[in-house]
Amino acid sequence: MAKSTGDPMVQLLAPDGSLAPSERAEEFLPYFEQLTDDNIKRFFRDMSVIRRFDTEATNLQRQGQLALWIPSHGQEGAQVGSAHATRPQDHIFPAYREHAIAMIRGVDLFDLIRLLRGLTHGGWNPNDPRFRNFHLYTLVIGSQSLHATGYAMGIKFDGDYATGNYETDQAVIVYFGDGASSQGDVHEAMVFAASQQTPQVFFVQNNHWAISVPVSVQARVPLFRRADGYGMPGVQIDGNDVFASYAVTAKLMDDARQGRGPSMIEAETYRIGAHTSSDDPTKYRDDSELSSWIARDPITRLEAYLRDKGVEQAFFDEVAQEGADYSADIRHRIVAIENPDPASMFSHVYSDPHPLMTEQAAWLANYEASFGEQESASSNAPTPDANSVQEAAPTAEGGDA
Amino acid sequence: MGMGKAINEGLRRALAEDPKVLLMGEDIGTLGGVFRVTEGLKSEFGGDRVIDSPLAESGIVGTAIGLAMRGYRTVCEIQFDGFIYPAFDQITSQLAKLTNRHEGHMSFPVVIRVPYGGHIGAVEHHQESNEAYFAHTPGLRLVSPSTPHDAYWMIQEAIASNDPVMFFEPKSRYWPKGDVDTSHNSTPLHASRVVRTGADVTLLGHGAMVSVLLQAAEIAAEEGTDVEVIDLRSISPIDYAPILESVRKTGRLVIAQEAPGNVSVGSEIAATVTERAFYFLSAPVLRVSGFDVPFPPAKLEAIFLPDADRVLDAVDRVLSY
Repeated sequence: MAKSTGDPMVQLLAPDGSLAPSERAEEFLPYFEQLTDDNIKRFFRDMSVIRRFDTEATNLQRQGQLALWIPSHGQEGAQVGSAHATRPQDHIFPAYREHAIAMIRGVDLFDLIRLLRGLTHGGWNPNDPRFRNFHLYTLVIGSQSLHATGYAMGIKFDGDYATGNYETDQAVIVYFGDGASSQGDVHEAMVFAASQQTPQVFFVQNNHWAISVPVSVQARVPLFRRADGYGMPGVQIDGNDVFASYAVTAKLMDDARQGRGPSMIEAETYRIGAHTSSDDPTKYRDDSELSSWIARDPITRLEAYLRDKGVEQAFFDEVAQEGADYSADIRHRIVAIENPDPASMFSHVYSDPHPLMTEQAAWLANYEASFGEQESASSNAPTPDANSVQEAAPTAEGGDA
Repeated sequence: MGMGKAINEGLRRALAEDPKVLLMGEDIGTLGGVFRVTEGLKSEFGGDRVIDSPLAESGIVGTAIGLAMRGYRTVCEIQFDGFIYPAFDQITSQLAKLTNRHEGHMSFPVVIRVPYGGHIGAVEHHQESNEAYFAHTPGLRLVSPSTPHDAYWMIQEAIASNDPVMFFEPKSRYWPKGDVDTSHNSTPLHASRVVRTGADVTLLGHGAMVSVLLQAAEIAAEEGTDVEVIDLRSISPIDYAPILESVRKTGRLVIAQEAPGNVSVGSEIAATVTERAFYFLSAPVLRVSGFDVPFPPAKLEAIFLPDADRVLDAVDRVLSY
């Protein structure tokens, strides 16, 4: 069914849900053909649950339960396909919108809630085997790309790739957006990756908007073509086609694991929602563009495919219920969260003991405690501020001599 | 040996003792670094451990962070002080904050070597003392040796630290020779140290300034003033105990630094000493600093940099109170 159009885009699943691989998809089809019916149903389940969760989190932000929410609506196809294409031993470096990938790698989505409620700057431990090497969100645009390349250099130095062992050979995938593609760090990450021939894939979710700035301001050529300038393969995919995302990522990660060097994927997708809950996209984009992308939705597309394959309504009901249950669970748990202990501010600034952390944690504890004492003390009790400077000293250094 | 050779020996020992130690930077491999501090190390340990990186400072620090996540201890070389700013985000927003962001689940033992400071007559961006930017950032540790012996040991202690350490090397001290005892070290990484005892005035500085202070102390002694000199050694955290003990004895403190004085490390020390030892001070704490101008062209550097005369001028002023 290949189209002879010269179109560089890899697409397997057309927007109407029909399987119609594009010309460029041919070399990736063996990876798609490995998928079982259960694999494909799992793709649908993950995309649907994460979208329901995303809606729930948006509501929680509106209700004041979250400081901020970062919607992923519309990008589920790019995320779910590529996440399932990774192997347990691979390392994933996300930006900050990769909720579906977090879930697939084993992160409790409640940990995302903790981050965006303002309880932590991290949220989960990438070293915990449960989270299967899913690293922390990074908010400075593009910074994580260098960490990913450094990590991949470590895989190379350790010889943990290209041994031919599919169960242990490792690779890295790093996610960033069309806006990040302009950042110097992303450029440097690709330079270092090419220089060291690291085992890694750069995955750009081109959702067409960097807050209010269209991708045309970032680049005058499709982003995947930049890969050529670094000397690595670049592949453009229909990012709302979960099959294309799976098959291309699986192939390029395999190539990386086998020592064929780094590569880049540009997933053409769209941010249906706002940049974050603080953003108003009606200020900068029009309804017709939005509707054209809603017509290419990754979930309705796969639903049409599955229904055509004869999947029963019961399955779709079950998935909808799972999403609702997941969201209800988040709602129930959020009301029980307690604020962090103030002393935790000082606990992990350094790994080794540090005198300022010890002094200031002690000072804060005394200061906080002094309010309790003051309530029952006489009016001539010293105020905390008057003593703060000398209290901060580790010893009485003569100021009171 | 000189400080450059001492650091070379310290790096060699660290590379030999721990296979997870890597060196990365511009021209550090085949060439051995523009100051030859890493000379011979690539041929001894190979190009995967002594890495000639692409010419990109943010890339050097950012990839060192990723390597740390895999258990590597990378020593990055920033070729000159004034070339560090492209890496500012990776140092201050990433490296410095990542242990905290990971809530202690990961450590980031990255060392950033920075040849810094003046006295070598170089062109713009090659003679700056920019340690205050980084001393202001929680999560980083900063040290600066003043002698070859300290440099030999401090570079190894910095590599062994589980936290990021910025290792400021006073580049004008790479060549003057000093004794290095490679079998024994007595001063911890983050300790300041009295290097000359005296009763009348305390002089405090770090890096190349220590030799200027010792020179000033010699001249003052000829004039009958008994000067104590303290080598700060650790810029963050600052080890205040020897400083306060000295000030309680002399009642007078002069802090000398090559950096511009406005919002500088010397400013912080002056404030803290005033807070903690106010009643022991016989005079205000004075700072002798570079001027608050861009580091000037080489033909003016002798005017810009604090020398023994400018230090002695401050000594005279604190004694006149």
